[in-house]
Amino acid sequence: MCLPMQSDPMQPVPVRVLTRRREVADTWTLELEPGDAAGRPFAPGQFNMLYVFGVGEIPISLSGDSADPHRQVHTVRAVGPVSRALAALSPAATVGLRGPFGQGWPVEAAAGADVVLIAGGLGLAPLRPALYYILSRRARYGRVALLYGTRSPGDILFRRELERWRRRLDLEAWVTVDYAGSDWVGCVGVVTNLVPSASFDPADTVAFVCGPEVMMRFAVAALQKAGVDDAAIHLSMERNMKCAIGHCGHCQFGPLFVCKDGPVLSFERIRGLLSRKEI
Amino acid sequence: MNTTSDLALITPDGVRRLIEVLTARGYRVIGPTVRNGAIGYDAIDGIDDFPVGWTDEQDGGYYRLRRRDDAAFFGYAVGPHSWKRYLHPPQLRLWRAERSGDDMRIIDEDDEPPRDAFIGVRACELNAIAIQDKVFLGGPYVDPHYRSRREGIFVVAVNCAVAGGTCFCASMGTGPRVGSGFDLALTEIVHDGAHRFLVECGTDVGAQVLTELPHRPAPPSDIEAARAIIERTAQSMGREMPATDVPALLRRNLEHSRWDNVAERCLTCGNCTMVCPTCFCTSVEDETDLSGATAARTRRWDSCFTMDFSYIHGGSVRSSTRARYRQWMTHKLSTWVDQFGTSGCVGCGRCISWCPVGIDITEEVRAIHEGECDGDDS
Repeated sequence: MCLPMQSDPMQPVPVRVLTRRREVADTWTLELEPGDAAGRPFAPGQFNMLYVFGVGEIPISLSGDSADPHRQVHTVRAVGPVSRALAALSPAATVGLRGPFGQGWPVEAAAGADVVLIAGGLGLAPLRPALYYILSRRARYGRVALLYGTRSPGDILFRRELERWRRRLDLEAWVTVDYAGSDWVGCVGVVTNLVPSASFDPADTVAFVCGPEVMMRFAVAALQKAGVDDAAIHLSMERNMKCAIGHCGHCQFGPLFVCKDGPVLSFERIRGLLSRKEI
Repeated sequence: MNTTSDLALITPDGVRRLIEVLTARGYRVIGPTVRNGAIGYDAIDGIDDFPVGWTDEQDGGYYRLRRRDDAAFFGYAVGPHSWKRYLHPPQLRLWRAERSGDDMRIIDEDDEPPRDAFIGVRACELNAIAIQDKVFLGGPYVDPHYRSRREGIFVVAVNCAVAGGTCFCASMGTGPRVGSGFDLALTEIVHDGAHRFLVECGTDVGAQVLTELPHRPAPPSDIEAARAIIERTAQSMGREMPATDVPALLRRNLEHSRWDNVAERCLTCGNCTMVCPTCFCTSVEDETDLSGATAARTRRWDSCFTMDFSYIHGGSVRSSTRARYRQWMTHKLSTWVDQFGTSGCVGCGRCISWCPVGIDITEEVRAIHEGECDGDDS
């Protein structure tokens, strides 16, 4: 399917589902066509708007490798009407796609520094492209640590890949769960507990954090305690994003439009907002 | 730029002719007219459709039409409508989708919009249009629906000869004299002789249109009369925004006790956002036909006062009235400046008049300003 670039940023392009894979009980990964012969280049941390015919449209972050703009990979947790419909699509089905949108992880600016990626639950999905990016240019970065926390061993996303990453000698990959049975040999506890165990030079570290807002607040506190500067901590924020282009107003977070100024924002910019109720 | 020597004088018949000329040039002429007990903006055929001899009385939660003792065309302040109704329509079908098996087609639905001539655009409203230009045309993404409507308009502005009871443009620096953004600007003079209009040209198109109207050079006495009218309007504003750095004031006072106070009065009805000429928020609605073969997406005005507005998985970010009123007012007066380099308020006073409980944005700012020591982080 080859379509020209849309002049109306609100108009989706129909694209086919290429593959669909179940990750964990309620989470699927969909690989979509780009809807453009030239591919649809994106930056790690950006998102697309996905429309299911007759159901609705939601923002879903890109979870695949930005080196391949011909595959738009999205990892979706089926929790609402649209995400459930998305997760139920079979290959060959068509969805409407707009994007990519937003500001991603500052992967280029992080070159030369140690990088700590902290993911909570589905928050691993938008961080995966950043990790792909860094690992494919591994020599340009200092120490790299991935700290991932999820509910239980059965909820671990991208499990085979995580196991591969854990075997690497140039990456520290820590996984912790909230609760586990006796067959679990890893850590138990919240992901922020892992921060003191990871090896990085706080004075020269860039941190990428994605997860539930409360988890990100604690992650920031743990990073600050370790000595990481506020400007070096980057969070991927979630707000109600409807248009993705800063026109509908729903995702406002103080002066910021999370859709176009974010979703990745440095903690320095949102320090005064994150601690406040109902902003 | 025009000098005073470019100023012309036309009669009410000249205004009648103006509507004819604009219609002949292919414009749909939109102007003020009485609708449902208020002055709104709608398609007009001639000067008889104007609210001739009407004025309005406005206060917090109060708007009534009253008779004037003359036949003025523009002897009132602004009503519940603003021009955003035409440039950024309340409802707009964005596209239609058709499904057949696994295939889906998406079809653009917004037809070529009419070319509109707006008659009676006030200074505050010209500023409001300039603000929405920044929102929809000034960023990395352009709204093609707004652009196609905005590009073709012909603007006949009017310098306000009366200030409404809730007007405060003088303290916002947005009126009552029209500055820029018009093709023609009128100042209506109804006293000391015949009913007449001083005309200023803002563009070449405006000047061309003027040549098609019966007009004569304006005598200095009328130029002075028009100046005095606008000056008197500026002096008789019903409200005033406190003369302080409002964006910084609100930034410092996000936890001020006044937000709790206003939350006890605010009904979160969203009227203020509907009548505001700059509020731009929208939502989209998807509908499907019974066969399931076609679906359509409609964009409609939305309001930050609804619970749905900030809904994310797990609940609304702003569930309290306090937070929603604070969002609206701090956006309008403070974070708007961060986003678009201008205040989102033009001092038109609509949000005060059309608030069912008469909440007054200038009074709320004043209360926060005067009670700043109450703030926990000031």
